[in-house]
Amino acid sequence: MATKAIVGEKVGMTQVWDEAQRVVPVTMVKVAPVRVVAVKTPEKAGYSALQVTYGVRRAGLLNKPEAGHFEKAGVEPGRRLVELRLEDTSGYEVGQEIDAGILSAGEKIDVTAISKGKGFAGAMKRHNFKGQGAAHGNHKKHRAPGSVGACATPARVFKGTRMAGRAGASRVTTLNLEVVAADPERELVLVKGAVPGPRGGLVLIRDAVKATK
Amino acid sequence: MNPTDLVDRASLRDDVPAFSPGDTLKVHVRVVEGNRERVQLFQGAVIRRQGAGVRETFTVRKVSFGVGVERTFPVHSPMISKIERVTEGDVRRAKLYYLRDRVGKAAKIKEKREAR
Repeated sequence: MATKAIVGEKVGMTQVWDEAQRVVPVTMVKVAPVRVVAVKTPEKAGYSALQVTYGVRRAGLLNKPEAGHFEKAGVEPGRRLVELRLEDTSGYEVGQEIDAGILSAGEKIDVTAISKGKGFAGAMKRHNFKGQGAAHGNHKKHRAPGSVGACATPARVFKGTRMAGRAGASRVTTLNLEVVAADPERELVLVKGAVPGPRGGLVLIRDAVKATK
Repeated sequence: MNPTDLVDRASLRDDVPAFSPGDTLKVHVRVVEGNRERVQLFQGAVIRRQGAGVRETFTVRKVSFGVGVERTFPVHSPMISKIERVTEGDVRRAKLYYLRDRVGKAAKIKEKREAR
């Protein structure tokens, strides 16, 4: 499991030049300093995680249970509460601030976010099916999924057969992305390549769990 | 203003001269050979400018030993050490793809003359 993690918001994509003067596509993630609201330990909660918040939220926008939760921790209320699962939380305490400085350029990370919703999508978009031919007498079946099963045996369609339906808007983790730059002063992290989700979406960043080296 | 402009600003160059399609440019390109670096010249006509901000690119076309050669550069690329404008062309469109079908005198671009 991850040894460090932080949360941010996706800003958008752009490009930068690397030291060999090639173009590197990067995703900008705004990583404001997060405040630890609660530390979860295996003894008390059954798992180890950090409950953190970031940004600010006006007191009037909090309901009483939320306000009480922040007050008990002695932490300024933030935009939302996020849990970061970690291997070991012993080094952290309530009220502690964590910023983008925990990441450094060249580091491998995993990024988790809710992907963009695609609505009701066909089998080609949803499951990467090939579809059918454009020619050879095909008529109005170019994007159809094809056969979904056999005949009198089993005389039904198996459960879990991939078909059209709601696609996207699911929790997606992209493994082994590279940090191009991390700037705690400007609250920015540049990640090489694409990050799931829409602009403004919540992005969880943790160190790569399957890094090869 | 785009939210990504904050990062882009660092990648933009401020020494890019004004030029447009039809102009003849001398592009000084840095070439790295092993650990040595030299500057190579690429001279030709600009046939397109495309994109905006850090992503803007331009394409230069020249005819080398009877073969048409086109090279596309990012406008703000650090690979370019200098851009020189040799002549200003008098053209009526933004994309000069018609030059690809022409050879010799027909492929010549009129030079822009000062209005009297």
